[in-house]
Amino acid sequence: MTVSKWTAADVARYVIEDKKLFILDVRNKDAFEDWKIDGHHFDYLNIPYFELLDGVEEILPQIPEDQELLVVCAKEGSSIMVAEMLSEAGRDAAYLEGGMKSWSMYLEPVKVGDLKDGGELYQFVRLGKGCLSYMAISGGEAAINDAVRFTDIFIDFAKEKGVEIKYVFDTHLHADHISGGCHIAAQTGATYYLPPKDAEEVVFEYTALEDGVTVSLGDSKIEVGALYSPGHTIGSTSFVIDSSYLLTGDILFIDSIGRPDLAGLAEDWVSDLRDTLYKRYRELADDLIVLPAHFMIIDELNENGSVAKRLGNLFAENHGLNMTNEEEFRKTVTENLPPQPNAYQQIRQVNMGKITPDNDEQIEMEIGPNRCAIR
Amino acid sequence: MNITKTLDAKGLACPMPIVKTKKTIDMINSGEVLEVLATDKGALNDFKAWAGSAGHIILDQKEEDGVLKFYIQKA
Repeated sequence: MTVSKWTAADVARYVIEDKKLFILDVRNKDAFEDWKIDGHHFDYLNIPYFELLDGVEEILPQIPEDQELLVVCAKEGSSIMVAEMLSEAGRDAAYLEGGMKSWSMYLEPVKVGDLKDGGELYQFVRLGKGCLSYMAISGGEAAINDAVRFTDIFIDFAKEKGVEIKYVFDTHLHADHISGGCHIAAQTGATYYLPPKDAEEVVFEYTALEDGVTVSLGDSKIEVGALYSPGHTIGSTSFVIDSSYLLTGDILFIDSIGRPDLAGLAEDWVSDLRDTLYKRYRELADDLIVLPAHFMIIDELNENGSVAKRLGNLFAENHGLNMTNEEEFRKTVTENLPPQPNAYQQIRQVNMGKITPDNDEQIEMEIGPNRCAIR
Repeated sequence: MNITKTLDAKGLACPMPIVKTKKTIDMINSGEVLEVLATDKGALNDFKAWAGSAGHIILDQKEEDGVLKFYIQKA
């Protein structure tokens, strides 16, 4: 039988189009339990490759014959070996090129909406890690928010669209993934903005992202405006784009809220988080569409693969916005928190420009889910 | 520690370090020790999990000049 090669983009189609897939994940059990490829209609079997060295016959009954089969490992070597063994045993099998490493890096651009006078807003969905980046385009100019480290993808996308990247923003100093912000700005001549309260230890040049900073894109003057909204970090800043979209960074997600502890100051920042979620955001229009910097679970994806929901709906449905008791809120966001993201302290150092790991080291640091939320 | 055999798996990528280690350990007797040299960082967790599932004991492991060294006593 045949062995075929799938790219991360092929897998992304199955996730977004809600297709069925059987994944044989041959990584260690703890790696699988920590982080896997999530899909609405995916089934899984996790058997480490080193338990299959004597043959795959024993696991054949556990692999359905009427479902497409994808073998996945960390980098791809073991999945090729196991896929070939399955093929010799009479099964069609595919393996994921580049393994979980490539899945972690894949970005799917999804259009989330039109801006006035022909402008467009795109969300870049990093399915494997749950990171969301944004590009607003209007009148030949672009602004980028919370870019992940794959700078070429944003620069090439802007070229394809025939627009010049003028502004690059980070809503806060990220702790779960490495930012591409300052590198995109350096390569394109764009202005890079970072909240100064998050940037006290930053060693490169940046423009202060203060409350009320507003830039306009193109002739139609589409406004991208900053709204100080601390809580996840002390500098965390949200954005309102074209009076229609609210980019919440890591403060508010679709089905969860931000955690205040990743910079080590949970107790200090609880009241900031509370004020942002229960006062500052309450003053905004219910019809704004919330666009967060992360999703945590695949159920947060809309049918077209985007992650977006009306603010009014979140006020009604998001548990984190409906804790009337302040003490309960304080406990929820400071006690029994989920584990921190992998290498989060090192990642913060990278994003401050203090250390410059090579590409392989960056890949290692970013292994695993983002873990920025509290549900 | 008496080392019965040494396997040089330096420069090999997953899954080869474990594949070769399994083949080599089949050639020594129960209770004897195999030394494995590897450079694939993914090997760290894999050796631990593989030895655990096969019943072998990792007596010692260390890193010297970027080379991982495992001392595995056969079950």
